[in-house]
Amino acid sequence: MTDFLAMGGYAAYVWGSFGVTALLVLVEILLLRRRRRTLLRRAGRTKRNVSMGVET
Amino acid sequence: MAVNWFKYSSPASFYPLAGRLIPWFAAAAAVFTVIGLWIGFFVAPTDYQQGEAYRIIYIHVPAAWMSMFVYLVMAAYAALGIVFNTRLSGYMARALAPTGAMFTFVALWTGALWGRPMWGAWWVWDARLTSELILLFLYLGFIALHSAIDDPRRAARASGLLAIVGAVNVPIIYFSVQWWNTLHQGASISLTQAPSMAKTMLAGMLVMAVAAWCYTVAVALARVRCEILERERHADWIGDALARESRS
Repeated sequence: MTDFLAMGGYAAYVWGSFGVTALLVLVEILLLRRRRRTLLRRAGRTKRNVSMGVET
Repeated sequence: MAVNWFKYSSPASFYPLAGRLIPWFAAAAAVFTVIGLWIGFFVAPTDYQQGEAYRIIYIHVPAAWMSMFVYLVMAAYAALGIVFNTRLSGYMARALAPTGAMFTFVALWTGALWGRPMWGAWWVWDARLTSELILLFLYLGFIALHSAIDDPRRAARASGLLAIVGAVNVPIIYFSVQWWNTLHQGASISLTQAPSMAKTMLAGMLVMAVAAWCYTVAVALARVRCEILERERHADWIGDALARESRS
């Protein structure tokens, strides 16, 4: 396990690459989800279908 | 059989279709990522020259491919939007840009982290690296130009033209390693030559590329739905579509 994490001495380069990529993907997904929720809440308000159970 | 190609070019019919497609592409992206990482870290051997550092390839090459591919798709949608005057094409172009910019940044970032141990430099002004950096600026320029113009139709047209003109940069990136003497190595995969790398390394890279592609489709569809919700919120069909989705 320690051997695996050490990546033959290149740990910072390898995990720096995979880690930052994973982080960016995660941030992109979270930002999109937040944008969608905000828009749905606004649509629910304007279209008055809150009573129909639109997710907010 | 007559297919109405324009049916799904209307936001009203595309919105629910995109909603149904997203979970499939998202699940496929997750599955291919797990398989690709497993091949990349546990099946593929250590490189005899670069040691473990070469494993950056499983992110670097798929990200670089996607950065160019997404740009071409974005420019194609922009062109469709300008020629046929369909709103949805403009939304698609705009939905692709942030993800394309992200992959371009990832290609540059992982390239720097790979270049440092192998070349001894984080960055060199070589043709491949420089043209890829210009690609990042083109994405950012597209996004900025679109948000700088208030009228949505003019914004789509102006940024669409920028996207089309900027497409000339993509073949320059791709062929830069042949046209100029670059520190960057040649193409990883060529259609005319047998692959020079181990089969398992190649497999890992291709699986990761498929994962990146599925991810891009899922994220772009999710973003285009936001785009539609934002621009067409006053349309009558929106309320019905939302009600239908919340019931199912």
